[in-house]
Amino acid sequence: MTARVTIRIQEADFDVAREIAALTQGRTDIGAVVSFSGICRGSEGGDAVAALTLEHYPEMAEAEIARHAETAMSRWPLSGLTVVHRVGRIAAGENIVLVLTASQHRQAAFQAAEFLMDYLKANAPFWKRAESTAGTGWVEARHHDDAAAARWTKS
Amino acid sequence: MKVKYFAWVRERVGRAEETVEPPASVRTVEDLMAWLARRGETYAYAFERPRVIRAAIDHAHVKSDAVIAGAREIAFFPPMTGG
Repeated sequence: MTARVTIRIQEADFDVAREIAALTQGRTDIGAVVSFSGICRGSEGGDAVAALTLEHYPEMAEAEIARHAETAMSRWPLSGLTVVHRVGRIAAGENIVLVLTASQHRQAAFQAAEFLMDYLKANAPFWKRAESTAGTGWVEARHHDDAAAARWTKS
Repeated sequence: MKVKYFAWVRERVGRAEETVEPPASVRTVEDLMAWLARRGETYAYAFERPRVIRAAIDHAHVKSDAVIAGAREIAFFPPMTGG
């Protein structure tokens, strides 16, 4: 069967169960689905965070996620994958991003999900602005996110 | 060519996008940042630390030595913090 690839950038929340059902419905070749949800944490370095506002570069974000999805599909035997990334204001405790990977066996699904998240964090053009008790400001990039993405690079 | 700015680069410049026509001597992304920085105070502030700013040409990441000839859209932004 052909692989199901879904990529969406949206303001609205997503329903994880519904997204998994859409990925697996009518198929009997899938033995594993890995689901990763990124959630807005209510604290950062001792400061309470009320919400994040995500800005993005729409045309590039879609292109960049699609490129990473293609790379994941070529590196692991996946039956399908789903990436949903929210933008706009997201309150603490709410969903930010969803990555689903489906495969016949779990190993490919686990690895591809981790690869996609590492690459999204380091390369997808989204920026977070935090409203916290320390004030409102842009979230600084973390060096370990670049390092996490770099470990997937084949030498 | 069209130039777009995001996150704090956009805030510092004071606009989200504009069309610019740099002279032929402006060859690379790095040259373009230096040229933009001379356009005024807000630009000088936005591009005061060009090494931390990332760039994309026609929706693909590029390094600062990338040649801009033929580019339709160049974007400048801070390191990404999505996911």
